[in-house]
Amino acid sequence: MPDVITANRLADGVVVFQTADGAWSEDFNRATVCSDAVATKAALARAADDMTRNLVVDAYAFAVETRNGHVVPKALREAIRAAGPTVRRDLGKQAHGLAPHSGPAAFGEA
Amino acid sequence: MYHYDDFDQAFVAARVAQFRDQVARRLSGELTEEQFRPHRLMNGLYLQLHSYMLRVAVPYGTLNARQMRKLADIARAYDRGYGHFTTRQNIQYNWPALKHVPDILAELAAVEMHAIQTSGNCIRNVTADHFAGVAHDEIADPRPYAEILRQWSSLHPEFSFLPRKFKIAVNGAAHDRAVIQAHDIGLQIVRDEAGELGFTVYVGGGLGRSPFIGRKVREFLPERDLLGYVEAILRVYNLEGRRDNKFKARIKILLHEKTLETLKDEIEAEFAERDATLLDLPQSEVARVAAFFAPPALEPKKPGSDRVERRKGKDARFASFFAANVTAHKQPGYVVVTVSLKPIGAPPGDASADQMDAVADLAEDYSHDEIRVSHEQNLILPHVALDDLPAVYDRLASVGLATPNAGQISDIIACPGLDYCTLATARSIPVAERIAQKFGDGAKAKAVGPLKIKISGCINACGHHHVGHIGILGLERAGEETYQITLGGSGDETAAIGQIVGPGFSSENVVGAVETLVETYMGLRTSEAETFLDAFRRVGLAPFKEALYERSAGSDI
Ligand code: HEM
Ligand code: SF4
Repeated sequence: MPDVITANRLADGVVVFQTADGAWSEDFNRATVCSDAVATKAALARAADDMTRNLVVDAYAFAVETRNGHVVPKALREAIRAAGPTVRRDLGKQAHGLAPHSGPAAFGEA
Repeated sequence: MYHYDDFDQAFVAARVAQFRDQVARRLSGELTEEQFRPHRLMNGLYLQLHSYMLRVAVPYGTLNARQMRKLADIARAYDRGYGHFTTRQNIQYNWPALKHVPDILAELAAVEMHAIQTSGNCIRNVTADHFAGVAHDEIADPRPYAEILRQWSSLHPEFSFLPRKFKIAVNGAAHDRAVIQAHDIGLQIVRDEAGELGFTVYVGGGLGRSPFIGRKVREFLPERDLLGYVEAILRVYNLEGRRDNKFKARIKILLHEKTLETLKDEIEAEFAERDATLLDLPQSEVARVAAFFAPPALEPKKPGSDRVERRKGKDARFASFFAANVTAHKQPGYVVVTVSLKPIGAPPGDASADQMDAVADLAEDYSHDEIRVSHEQNLILPHVALDDLPAVYDRLASVGLATPNAGQISDIIACPGLDYCTLATARSIPVAERIAQKFGDGAKAKAVGPLKIKISGCINACGHHHVGHIGILGLERAGEETYQITLGGSGDETAAIGQIVGPGFSSENVVGAVETLVETYMGLRTSEAETFLDAFRRVGLAPFKEALYERSAGSDI
C-alpha cells in the first residue's frame, strides 16, 4: 500500500510529512509517497534518524490513495490530522491552504 | 477561595523550574522522548492529533476573575484563542508549542494555578460539585476536603507511580452533581445521627472500556479519618492493582477480581495500621482550610424581583434562560447562573479568550469574583443577585453565552473525539453539534424536558457516555464512523450504566436515531413531569428498541 511518513515536530508539535529530499514539510501535498513496503521501510529508517536527532517525535507511516487525481490519506484520522479539526475550519493546516487537495471535506461537513 | 501560602507558591514555582529544565534538556537532546514522556505527562502535557495538548487543573472547579483572565491571556498568547473545558473540571489547550509550555506554567503559577497531576498514573485533579457552597440542598461545602486531598496527594511519593490513573470526587449536597460513583473514590458528605460530619465512601467506580458504578465501602467515615482511610485504599490498590495489563489496572478491576468484601476487609486492615498521629485530620486544619471557602458576605435581599418578573413577561428567551440556567441559591434574593458553553451548533465546552474575559468581568461585577467550572462543561456564576439577572443575561448574550439550554437535550457532553484526539475511533463533536441543531434551545428542547446526552469518541469514555440518559459511543467499522447508543445511564445519586440498545448507526443516521428515541419517549411518557430517565426506568429498553429497529427506516442493520 502506498504510504506517507508523518511525525510531530519536537519543539512545537506541528504535524509534518517527510518530503522527497528527506526533509519535513507542514504540507501534506509536498509529502513523498512511498510506493511499496521497501520504500516505506527506508523512509521510516530516515525518520528514526530524525527522531534520534531530536527533530521530530512519534514518526509513523500511514496509507494514502488516489482520489479524483489527488493523493489523499485513506483513513479519516489521517485526513483530519493532515487538515485540522473538521469542527474548526479556521484552524490547523486547512486554514493556511495546506490541507490535502480533496481533504476531509470529502468526508462530509460537520 | 483557597489562597496559596508561601509553601504552596514555592512548591509550584519549583515545579515550573524543574519542568523548564526538563524541557530545555529535551530540546537540546539530552533527554530522549522516552525519558521525557513521563515528565511531561506529570505536568499535563500530551501529544495529540494535531499538536501538543496542555491540561490545566481547575481544582474542584473554582476560580476567580484574575485566574479566568489568565486562562484567556494564555489562549491568546500561546494557543489559538480558545480553550476546552472538560468533564474533569480542567481546561485543555489544543495547540501549545513545547518550547512555550514552561512559560505557560509560569504564567499559571502567577495566579495560583498549575497542571500538576492532570495526567499520568497518579491521583488526578480532585473534582467536586460545581454548586459547592451555594446549593440549597448542601450538607457541607466539599471544597475544603477536596483542597486537603489535593495538598496531601500532590507529588505524594508513595502514590506517584500507581498502576493507573486515580480519580477522586467529593460531593457535598443531597443531589450528586459530581458523578462520584464513576470515580475511583467517591466521597459523599453526610451527617450521622449525632450530627457529626463524615463521608460515605464509594470505591471502584470508573468508565472506560469496563464501566462500573462505585461500591460502598464505608457508610460513615468520620471527618477526622479522611486521609487515613483514603491512604488505606490507595495503599491496597498500589500494592495489588494490576501492573501487567493497562486495561485491567484500575481499582475497579481489583474490586471486581477480589470481590467487594475482601477489598473492604483489606482496606479496613490497612486503615487499622495507619499512623494516626500523622494522618488524623486536626480540627484546626479543617477549620483553617474551610475558612478560605467561607461564603461571601451577601447583602440581605428580598426573595423576589419585579425587574426579573417584568422581563420574563415580555422576553420569552429570557424566560427560558431563567427556567433552564438559573438555580436557587442558599440565600434568598440570590441565584446561581449556569453559563452554557453549548451554543447550538458549536463544539461543547469550548470558550474563546474573549468569552473567558467576559465571564471574568461578570464575576467581578456580579458574582463576588467567583466562577465555577462544571463537569458538564459549563461555567457557573455562583452568587448573582436576582435583581442583577437581566443585566448579567444581556452581557452574556452579547458574547454568545446566553444559550438557554442548561440541563436540556442540547446541553450535551462530548469529548474531543477524532477532531483532536489520537486515541479516537470516531468524531464526537460534530454529532453533538447536529443533535443540538436538531432540537435547538427553544420550544422543542423545552418540550422534551431534562435529558442528558453524553458522547465519547472511543471506549475510553471521556465523554461519560455510559452515564448519559442517552449515551453515544463513536467507533470505527470498516473505515467508517459508527455510533453505538446506550440508554438509561445516570451519573447522579441513582447512578447506573446505560444499556446498549442494539446495533450501531452511521454518522448520517445517528441523529435520526436520537430523534426516534426522543419521539418514542414523548409518546409513552405518563405526563410531562415524567423525565426520559424515569420513563426508561419504567418501560425498559423494549419500546425504544422496537422504535429504532423495527419501525424506523433509519437503522443500519
Ligand atoms: C484528548 C486527550 C485525552 C486522552 C489521551 C485521554 C485518555 C483517556 C484514557 C486512556 C482513558 C481511559 C482510562 C482507563 O480506563 O484506564 C480516559 C478516561 C477518561 N477521561 Fe480522558 N482522555 C483525553 C481527554 C479527556 C477529556 C477532554 C476529558 C473530559 C471531557 C477526559 C475525561 C476522562 C474521563 C471522565 C474518563 C473516564 C472516567 C474514568 O475512566 O475514570 N479525558 N481518558
Ligand atoms: S473518549 Fe476517546 S476519543 Fe474521546 S477524548 Fe477520550 S480518549 Fe479521546
